[in-house]
Amino acid sequence: MSRLSFALPALLAALALGFATPAVAAEIGQIKVMKGQVSVERNGQVYPGSVGMRVETSDVLKTGSDGSVGVTMKDDSLLSAGPNSILSLDRYDFDPVTNNGRFDAQLKKGSLAVISGRIAKQAPDAMTIRTPSAILGVRGTEFAVSVSD
Amino acid sequence: MFGRWHVLCVLAIFLGACSTGTVVLLPEKDGGDTALVVKQGDKEVLLSEPYSAALQTPFGPRVYHSSPEEVEQVFGVALAAQPMRPKQFTLYFIEGKDEFTEESKHIVEGVFAEISRRPVPDVLVIGHTDTVGSDQVNDALSRQRAETVRVALIDHGITPEVITVIGRGKRDPVVPTGEGVSEPRNRRVEIIVR
Repeated sequence: MSRLSFALPALLAALALGFATPAVAAEIGQIKVMKGQVSVERNGQVYPGSVGMRVETSDVLKTGSDGSVGVTMKDDSLLSAGPNSILSLDRYDFDPVTNNGRFDAQLKKGSLAVISGRIAKQAPDAMTIRTPSAILGVRGTEFAVSVSD
Repeated sequence: MFGRWHVLCVLAIFLGACSTGTVVLLPEKDGGDTALVVKQGDKEVLLSEPYSAALQTPFGPRVYHSSPEEVEQVFGVALAAQPMRPKQFTLYFIEGKDEFTEESKHIVEGVFAEISRRPVPDVLVIGHTDTVGSDQVNDALSRQRAETVRVALIDHGITPEVITVIGRGKRDPVVPTGEGVSEPRNRRVEIIVR
């Protein structure tokens, strides 16, 4: 009953907040851990990686022979690549209200450890990791994959 | 195509060479279900036990049992770069309101400790409701509850930029109930520090 009188102001407040919150649509995750040489390729430009850097769809992360990088995605997926790796974040859609989404990444070279997040939990096979020779359908949750030279 | 190289590979595969890569299912830290489908062309295998692994060979995936030693050798550096796991806290609310219960006020302290442990923290504040009321009302209420927490975090000195607020309404109850059930454990806000 108290809820009925609460409904309208709550709704209005939520709408107001919805409009006030700046949209950061491009951001899909953040570099949390980094060692050695790491670069991020975006729209043909190459940027040096750094802890705290936000990653976007289609970014390609590259690590040098002394490099490693760990990324936390918006759905709590954790991806970390070892040395001499090329990791391409091909597709990432995530609706944090419903937890529905789609995450496709590609390990072209090197090694990768993964803990899947809310996208894979919500729908099996909504997350895939490709290598040059295989496609991994993620049902959950912790695994590691390597691509031989 | 099926030349000398492939013949050599047939032999070499038994020695673990000639593969184009490997995938290893790791033990679940939380003890939950885990599985992975490995597809190569029209061939497909399912890995479902800890350390079950698939080598990609020119003839399709070959399942084998890996070991902590192999994982450390091949994936040690990648695993060492794994970000800290997201840590979740739950705050409970008084029915139909955006006020915390008394007990929940202490939990906020734990949230601050967790935030300070991380070099580049970001904080997800996710509001939930019980099933009393429409989706529309609960979406708004859940968002308002999350907003209350956001304000409290900022009051305690957390940078507003690192906080994201989400209202999931009644979609994700901790305690499954029918429609229209007042359930205190479902009236909550989750804070995920990552």
